[in-house]
Amino acid sequence: MRAFTYERPADTQAALRAIAKPEAKFIAGGTNLLDLMKVEVETPGHLVDVSRLPLAEIAETQDGGLRIGATVVNSDLAADRRVRERYPLLSRALLNGASGQLRNQATTAGNLLQRTRCYYFYDTSKPCNKRSPGSGCSALNGFNRIHAVLGASDSCIAVHPSDMAVALAALDAEVETQSADGPARRLKIADFYRLPNATPQKETNLEQGELITTVLLPPPPPGVQVYRKVRDRASYAFALVSVAAVVELDGDKIKSARLALGGVAHKPWRAVNAERQLANAPATPDSFSAAGDVALQGAQSYGHNDFKIALASRTIAQTLADDAQQKKG
Amino acid sequence: MSNQHLTRRGVLGTGVALTALGGKNAFAQPESPPLRHPTDPGAATMDVGLTVNGAHHDLKVDPRTTLLDLLRDDLGLTGTKKGCDHGQCGACTVLIDGVRRNACLNLAVGCDDREIVTIEGLGNPQELHPMQAAFVTHDGFQCGYCTPGQICSAVGMLAEIKRGLPSAVTPDIASATMQGTESEIRERMSGNICRCAAYPNIVAAILDVAGKAAG
Repeated sequence: MRAFTYERPADTQAALRAIAKPEAKFIAGGTNLLDLMKVEVETPGHLVDVSRLPLAEIAETQDGGLRIGATVVNSDLAADRRVRERYPLLSRALLNGASGQLRNQATTAGNLLQRTRCYYFYDTSKPCNKRSPGSGCSALNGFNRIHAVLGASDSCIAVHPSDMAVALAALDAEVETQSADGPARRLKIADFYRLPNATPQKETNLEQGELITTVLLPPPPPGVQVYRKVRDRASYAFALVSVAAVVELDGDKIKSARLALGGVAHKPWRAVNAERQLANAPATPDSFSAAGDVALQGAQSYGHNDFKIALASRTIAQTLADDAQQKKG
Repeated sequence: MSNQHLTRRGVLGTGVALTALGGKNAFAQPESPPLRHPTDPGAATMDVGLTVNGAHHDLKVDPRTTLLDLLRDDLGLTGTKKGCDHGQCGACTVLIDGVRRNACLNLAVGCDDREIVTIEGLGNPQELHPMQAAFVTHDGFQCGYCTPGQICSAVGMLAEIKRGLPSAVTPDIASATMQGTESEIRERMSGNICRCAAYPNIVAAILDVAGKAAG
């Protein structure tokens, strides 16, 4: 691990000033950052520990949503009574991620900002455009079983590893930030993450020195919320494919639907075309299968991950069917 | 640690020393890779004060020191094991302010003012913690390397069930009470790997303690 200096500012303003120091980086739970520092993929010269800032509250908003503090740990967020009752999708996604120990440590904002688990990103002996821009992508013609099938580029085919972010995408969550100079900002999850294009090293639209303070949940959408994760083992593994679905039925018809996918793209992938097609369609297996096909239109695979296209399509169909069944059942 | 007692660590240490004395160049090993950050005499240190198993310690540490290395190297508490050092195996699980976490993914400087409990703090050979006793009764190990982490994790995990935290296999996550069933325990303990695959007996030991706690 490269040498670094460390400080733990007492308040948010002090943290925003401290991050201006050379090579400074925020650290909260550190479950991903410290891990990456050990293999020297991340080499900050100064750590600004924000884990004890007063950002660990979950509060009601006036419109019936929730304000989630950036440092609320994953297990506390999953266990919050309001989240369990009104946003079970978010609880389920969190509980399907990582291990008990890690969920006790990882924070809400840190979960959003975790880096890909692409093998080549971790292996400093191999080219990787995300770690070392311009060096090339080893996954394109390498082992790419876990890699993207939607929205990838010739520069990078890595996927975003978060389960939580997939649920937040389906719930239309927003991210609030502060910085030392600029005004506070609010970004929709859809505008927060970026596709790799030619700059995979830039994963979000956060500016240098900008600190996530809150994740804002709008009131829960109408309908039944379901999270389905497909992985190589039953627990403690990243998603090959995951599906967050919210389906609102009107009798035997689908009134509205939301679909977000994990494990298939550089960011949580909102399947907007499939959502449009589902609205006002009959709640039948044919509709669900068609939605799966539409969501994967234009998908591209790279060899080892060819199976992901059919897997994602079928997981969408099954998750929608399960969702509709819960309402009827 | 006292060397007067015959311990596995002592025997291993002696063996290594004898090998070194009698070794020829053919056996000379290249310098083994550092288990922690390289010792740099000029490295800046920071003060950290924390409580481990009820005893307060004020230490000066290189900021790169993990809680795991501090426990093992600075305090000699080698019950907490280093498996993967990347948060994947759970061998280093300890309780931080009563909550189970991976010691390898915590910077020591980030644990300032925290209360840590390790396997050595749960019980002792004369007075085992109920979870330790249950692992003995049910033979919940083979090689034993993952065992301290399994036990600390199990203690933290049952406290989570008692507090009503749901898991990925909980049928009704809105329920206020949680059950310590076999499937719940298997899911909740998935962060602790046992490469001997002693899982059936580990689960039996934890179920035993969970049943007694519930009854």
